[in-house]
Amino acid sequence: MTEVTVMPSTAEPDPASAVDMTVRLAGVTLPSPVLTASGCAASGRELDQFFDITTLGAVVTKSIMLAPRSGRATPRMAETPSGMLNSIGLQGPGIDAFLDKDLPWLAERGARAVVSIAGHSVEDYAKLAARLRNRPGVALLEVNISCPNVEDRGLVFACDPDASAAVVTAVKRAAAVPVFVKLSPDVTDIVNIATACVAAGADGLSMINTLLGMVIDTDRMRPALAGVTGGLSGPAVRPVAVRCVWQVHQAMPTVPIIGMGGIRTGLDALQFLLAGAAAVSVGTAVFGDPGAPVRVARELSRALADRGIERVADAVGLAHRPGAPQLAAVAGSEQPGDPEPPAPPQPETPGPVSWEDA
Amino acid sequence: MPPVQVTGEVLAVKKVGAYLSMTVVAPGIAEQTRPGQFVALAVGGAESSMLLRRAFSIYAVRERGIYGGTVEFVFSVHGKGTEWLSRRKQHDQVDIVGPLGRPFRLPTRPASCTLVGGGYGSAPLFMLADALRARGCRVDFVLGAATTERLFGALDAKRMSSLVAFTTEDGSYGERGRVSDALPEIIRRAATDVVYACGPMPMLRAVAEIAEAHGIPSQLAVEEAMACGIGVCMTCVLPVRGDDGLTRMLRSCVDGPVFMGESVRWDALGAVPADCVGAPK
Repeated sequence: MTEVTVMPSTAEPDPASAVDMTVRLAGVTLPSPVLTASGCAASGRELDQFFDITTLGAVVTKSIMLAPRSGRATPRMAETPSGMLNSIGLQGPGIDAFLDKDLPWLAERGARAVVSIAGHSVEDYAKLAARLRNRPGVALLEVNISCPNVEDRGLVFACDPDASAAVVTAVKRAAAVPVFVKLSPDVTDIVNIATACVAAGADGLSMINTLLGMVIDTDRMRPALAGVTGGLSGPAVRPVAVRCVWQVHQAMPTVPIIGMGGIRTGLDALQFLLAGAAAVSVGTAVFGDPGAPVRVARELSRALADRGIERVADAVGLAHRPGAPQLAAVAGSEQPGDPEPPAPPQPETPGPVSWEDA
Repeated sequence: MPPVQVTGEVLAVKKVGAYLSMTVVAPGIAEQTRPGQFVALAVGGAESSMLLRRAFSIYAVRERGIYGGTVEFVFSVHGKGTEWLSRRKQHDQVDIVGPLGRPFRLPTRPASCTLVGGGYGSAPLFMLADALRARGCRVDFVLGAATTERLFGALDAKRMSSLVAFTTEDGSYGERGRVSDALPEIIRRAATDVVYACGPMPMLRAVAEIAEAHGIPSQLAVEEAMACGIGVCMTCVLPVRGDDGLTRMLRSCVDGPVFMGESVRWDALGAVPADCVGAPK
C-alpha cells in the first residue's frame, strides 16, 4: 500500500474563516448562528454521525411533552413542490425519558441544547419548564405554541395573543434560562402575537412554524395524509418566513429572533439575518442533506466575507437600514453548496434459532 | 461504523426486466454494508424542488475494484425522483447516504432458511443468501411478482438455492398466484427453520402469518415511505411490539427496516393502536 501524505495547504487563509460567527441570544453566547430546527434533528444523536454537532450554535430538540406520545397514524408525509407536508403529531418519549437519556447525552457531548417544549395546557408548559430547570446543557427553551399537528388545531395557543401570553408568563415563572416562543405564520397579524409574547416576558421569538396545508392523493381520491392536514415546510415557505421575521423585527428591533423556514443555503440564511434574525435554524433541508447545517454555516460565513461583513451580528436587520453596505461584485460567493469475517462454523446444536448480527 | 454521506459516481445504469439497476462508486458505504441495509439518494440536483431522499435496499456491493467500493441497488420508475435517477449516465455524480438501517440477523447455527421476495423487494435477499450459505445454512427461495418482467433475481435465486419457487399473478412464469400460495409447500419440503422476506407490506403480512402458523420465526424488511432515512423525520413509523410486550411506533429506517414478523402489529398498520405507548386517549 502506498501511503499518501496530505500536505497542509499553503494557500491564503480563507477570508470566510475570519468572520466572527459568534452570536448572543438574550445573553446566551453561541459559537455559530446556525442551529437545527425543532422536529428535524430528533435530539441530535443521529446527525452527530454525519457532522460534529458541537460546531452548531445549538441543537434544537424535537418538542418534548410531559408524557410519551405516539404521534399520528401513517402516512405522515407528502412531498410537495420545494417542500413537504408532515403530520407527525409530536411523537416523542416524554420528559422523563428525555431527561434520562437525550439531554445527558447532549450535555456530555458538549452540545448546547435549545429544548423545545409543547403541552396541551398552560400548566403543562409550566411543568415542563420546571422539570428543565438547572439541567446541564440547556441553553434556551423554545416554547412550541404553534404545532399544527394536534387534535385541537383551531385552538393552538399561537393563534390567540392572550393564550400565547398566558403560556409565556407561566414558562417564564418556572424557567431559569431565556425563553423563546415559536410562532405560527397562520395568523392575521403575527406582530400582534409577537408583541403579546414579548409583553408577557418572552426573551426572544422563533419564526416560523409550519403552515397548515393539505394534499389530496388523486389515485386514491383521498387526503394524502392520515391526519388529513399537515404542516408545510421547506423552501416553498421561505418567503413567508422572511416576511414574518421582517415585520416583527421592524416592530421590535431589540427582540432577538431565531429565523427558520426553508433555509437550504448560506444565502437563504443571510436573507433571514438581513430581515432581522439573530440566528437561524435549518430544518427540512436536513432530510435531503444530513450535512446541511454545517454546509449552510460555511456558506454563510463565506457570503458575509464576500460582503465585507466581519461579524455575523453586524448583518442582523441590515436590510432595514438604508445606506447599508452592499455587495459590489460577487465573485463565486455561493459554494453550493467491513463486514465481519464469517463466523467459525458452529457446532450442530439443536434447539430454537437464535440471532446474531450479520 | 456510522453511515456516511458521499458524492458517488455512477458506474452503470442498466435495465433489468421492468426495473433499473444502478451501480455507484460510493467509498465508505460498500465496505460496511450488511444484508438488508439500504442507501438513500438525493434526487434532482442541488437546486431540486424534490427535497426528500429516495431509499433503496442494497442489492450488491463490491468492496474494492479499480474504482473503489461500489454499491448496486434496484429501483422502479414511479415518480419524478426515480425518473431523474433513471436518466443518470455513467460518471454522473449522485449524493448518497449509507449504509442505513439494521441488517438481517443470521442464525448462529446452520439452519434451513427460506427467502421470500416480492417484485424488486427481493433485491437484498441475494446478499443475505451469500451470507447464510457462507455459514453453512441451507437456502431456498420463493420469488413472486405480478408479471415475469417484474420478477427480480430469478437467475440468482436458481444459482443459490436448493429449492426455488416462482409465482406470477398472471401465470406468465412459474405458478400462477402469489408467494404466499407457494411458501407452505417450500417450508414443508425444506423443513424451514427461518423465513426471511422483503416486499410489499401485504405480502410481508401474509408471509409472517404463514411462518407463525408453522411455528417458525420470520425476519421481514419492510417498505415504508421515508423522508430522510436517517432517523430524524419520524415519518416511516409502524407499530411494533417490543420484548416488554408494549407496542411503540418505531422508525423503519433506524429501528428497522428488518423486524421480526411476530413483533409487527399487522392488525394496526397505518394506524396507532389504542394500546400503543403514548396513544391518544
